[in-house]
Amino acid sequence: MSEARERILAGIRSSLNRGRLDPKTEAELRARVAAHRRNLVPARATALDQRDRVELFITMAEEVQTTVSRAASPAAVPEAVARYLAAENLPAELVMAPDPSLDAIPWEARPLLRIRRGRAEAEDKVSLTPCHAAIAETGTLLLASGPQTPTTLNFLPDTHIVVVRGDQVVATYEDGLDRLRAAAGSEALPRVINFITGPSRTADIEQHIELGAHGPRRLHIVLVEDGQATRSVEYDEQRSAPVE
Amino acid sequence: MLATSRTFVANARAGLANENLQHALGLARTGFPLRRRLAIERLPEFEALRENGRSIKDHTLEHLDFYLELYESQVVASGGKVHWARTPQEACAAVLQICRSVGAKTVTKGKSMIAEEVGLNEFLEANGITPVETDLGEYIIQLRHEPPSHIIAPAIHLIKEQVAETFRAEHRSFDPDRSLAEPRQMCDEARAVLRPRFLAADVGITGANFLVAETGSSIIVTNEGNGDLTQTLPRVHIVMTSLEKLVPNLEDAATLLRLLARSATGQEFSAYTTISTGPRRPGDLDGPEQYHVVLLDNGRSELIGTEFQDMLRCIRCSACINHCPVYAAVGGHTYGWVYPGPMGAVLTPILIGIEEAGHLPNASTFCGRCESVCPVKIPLPKMMRHWREREHAKKLSPPVYRTGLSLWAWVARRPALYHALAGIASRVLGWAGRDHGRFRSLPLATGWTAVRDMPAPEGRSFHSLWAERRK
Repeated sequence: MSEARERILAGIRSSLNRGRLDPKTEAELRARVAAHRRNLVPARATALDQRDRVELFITMAEEVQTTVSRAASPAAVPEAVARYLAAENLPAELVMAPDPSLDAIPWEARPLLRIRRGRAEAEDKVSLTPCHAAIAETGTLLLASGPQTPTTLNFLPDTHIVVVRGDQVVATYEDGLDRLRAAAGSEALPRVINFITGPSRTADIEQHIELGAHGPRRLHIVLVEDGQATRSVEYDEQRSAPVE
Repeated sequence: MLATSRTFVANARAGLANENLQHALGLARTGFPLRRRLAIERLPEFEALRENGRSIKDHTLEHLDFYLELYESQVVASGGKVHWARTPQEACAAVLQICRSVGAKTVTKGKSMIAEEVGLNEFLEANGITPVETDLGEYIIQLRHEPPSHIIAPAIHLIKEQVAETFRAEHRSFDPDRSLAEPRQMCDEARAVLRPRFLAADVGITGANFLVAETGSSIIVTNEGNGDLTQTLPRVHIVMTSLEKLVPNLEDAATLLRLLARSATGQEFSAYTTISTGPRRPGDLDGPEQYHVVLLDNGRSELIGTEFQDMLRCIRCSACINHCPVYAAVGGHTYGWVYPGPMGAVLTPILIGIEEAGHLPNASTFCGRCESVCPVKIPLPKMMRHWREREHAKKLSPPVYRTGLSLWAWVARRPALYHALAGIASRVLGWAGRDHGRFRSLPLATGWTAVRDMPAPEGRSFHSLWAERRK
């Protein structure tokens, strides 16, 4: 062990006027860490039923310039993606996470959509990924890295499209973490956990907010309603009309 | 970084006379506090969360040795390595050794105040490695060879015309007749210049907002996405951080994250909050092959148990800076080192000595806004007062101040004498100022009257009115 390490730890113990903690206290601290007890959690999203939680998620996401379109089922996702790309004048070409949940979507329904599966490269303009959860309290997407979900997809391309299922929307960050732990089981949590709230931005020049500083200029969500009882009437037709 | 804190007074004069700086500070003065207030009004639990935040940090500091060991064991378990550094020199040496081990020529950097604290860029350059700052603000000031003037908005002292001028001078391959009138254009240009740098770098260095003992993770909070490109694309990721960034588990991190963005920029949540644990795993298509943490102490561990321990709760949100009337008037460079504003006034003497930074804790009106907005309730004015006491005890302040203070203290400890003298002074001044009701100049008070009038005392003293009421 390095000398610096030993000196720093000894210094801390001397500042605390004690030696190494006794085994009982250490066990209590280990238990505290493992208990995942929540601190105060804001009621903003926890007090809602699932339908309202999805609506809060969309409201918060749109507030930070994330755009949202809705698909009535997984089968409607290709058309929602194609429509979005056309509306934004983007090429019908994308790099997609090699993830089973996206492979299950019938992409062959839109043969003009050119799709490559893999990590993002410098020249990729548009990426498409799933998410692990979507957090209503701040309109935040939770994405986790893994062989099927490379992290470069979330940052390199100019446009990032994320497919979100209605039942993936949870209230809080802690709920999202619980989902990750449940999925990991006895394995370690994913190497990278990205909480993404809107497209990349900067205010470094005269506090002027500009989108697309280094990461994506556009963040678009395709919300798959799939039997979820979500409201769909009060949204801007052009932007959020469900695709049948 | 060479400190210029000793010349605070001259720095402040220069800052007050700098029109560009004053324009830039004017934008910040209103923007940050307004956005913070609006964000907090939307979250009724904010006050209670501050209390949570404080107790999480206090709990961690009370058991810091345990949590550091747990953290390190988890970093190792996930395939990473922790390099402990007592001093800036040890931290720089650790980074250099890692860079050399992979033959690195260029490193990209996300914003890290610890890297500023240890003077990493100068050190790497002196050793033949090119550091490239990627945060837009940091990139701008790197081109201008300036230190940051704010801990989250390093180029906040500049106006857009100055940025345009810098880009014209440094980005030679672009059309010299291009327009750089708008922030949008400069932002796009920086993006175009930096993208190939991200892709070519051998090593990526980021800071950390939090370290998580439970999982051995580092957490960065950014808006631009530069930190994520920095830590995802190169073969090696180095986290430059300090040991008080630790929290026990992810639930604790979640609570502090709710406080951080709202206190800093008034955002509900920053665009990117990223939790990273170790290097690339089997089957991963991207991510670094090596993950290193350089963990700096630099005197922090010695603060535990002292009157400055509370400072170790600081989460570097900058709310105290954004609400400080002194910072808003003179700007960050006036403070002369890495950390400006109220948090800098407490932290800088700890890190470079009160001999060097004595002016900083004196540059406060003690209005208390810093403490009232601090998300982890650090009693900043109280700690500035501790520094003033230490400065006085070490006889570092000018002799005339110390003599004056001692004289005043001697009188103030004798209430009868104090009231008698105060009564005489107030009657004399009241008589002398009877015509105008104010003084344009007063002997022994030129420091006051040089910039404002001194009102003449009127009527009776508070003490005599109070005594009469109590009868």
